[in-house]
Amino acid sequence: MALKDQVQDLLQAAFPGGEVSVVDFGGGDHLAAHVRSPQFQGLPLIAQHKLVYAPVQHLIDTGEVHALKIKTEAST
Amino acid sequence: MIVTEDQIREELLAAIQGNRVMLFMKGTPEMPRCGFSAQTVRCLEAAGAPYAAMDILPDPRIRQVLSAHSGWPTIPQLFVDGELVGGCDIVTELYESGELQQLVAPAA
Repeated sequence: MALKDQVQDLLQAAFPGGEVSVVDFGGGDHLAAHVRSPQFQGLPLIAQHKLVYAPVQHLIDTGEVHALKIKTEAST
Repeated sequence: MIVTEDQIREELLAAIQGNRVMLFMKGTPEMPRCGFSAQTVRCLEAAGAPYAAMDILPDPRIRQVLSAHSGWPTIPQLFVDGELVGGCDIVTELYESGELQQLVAPAA
């Protein structure tokens, strides 16, 4: 399974009812995730991004994911 | 000279506490070694406030100790007033909204 799809599945599972889209912007290991979820309501950006990092942390630690660009949006 | 992990931790904490605006990056502001670090430097330069920077590349333990302290997995990491503000995406977003300029402006 492509890394992008692996990250997509992990984030989708972490944000049930949210909208997740992951794109590859270079070499398969530079990924960008756009997540829209009600879980972000009222949280500062730093906390929102930490929620996105958490489920894919292990892939960053191993270096499989070199970069993860994150864009979060709070939905109601 | 042998540097221990405790010494690295002490140095990192001193840098975070001793500099109001502290950037941990790959490379230096003059010669960034990663596009995300370069982008973050550009935002800080454009925000026009003084900042300190530390290159995390010379020793892999710097990054491990830093991430363990901040709970943030990637580099760059920007700290203001001892608190983690975020990485490249957050700094860019805050710069574009004008919040970064206020955040890093020297306290009156």
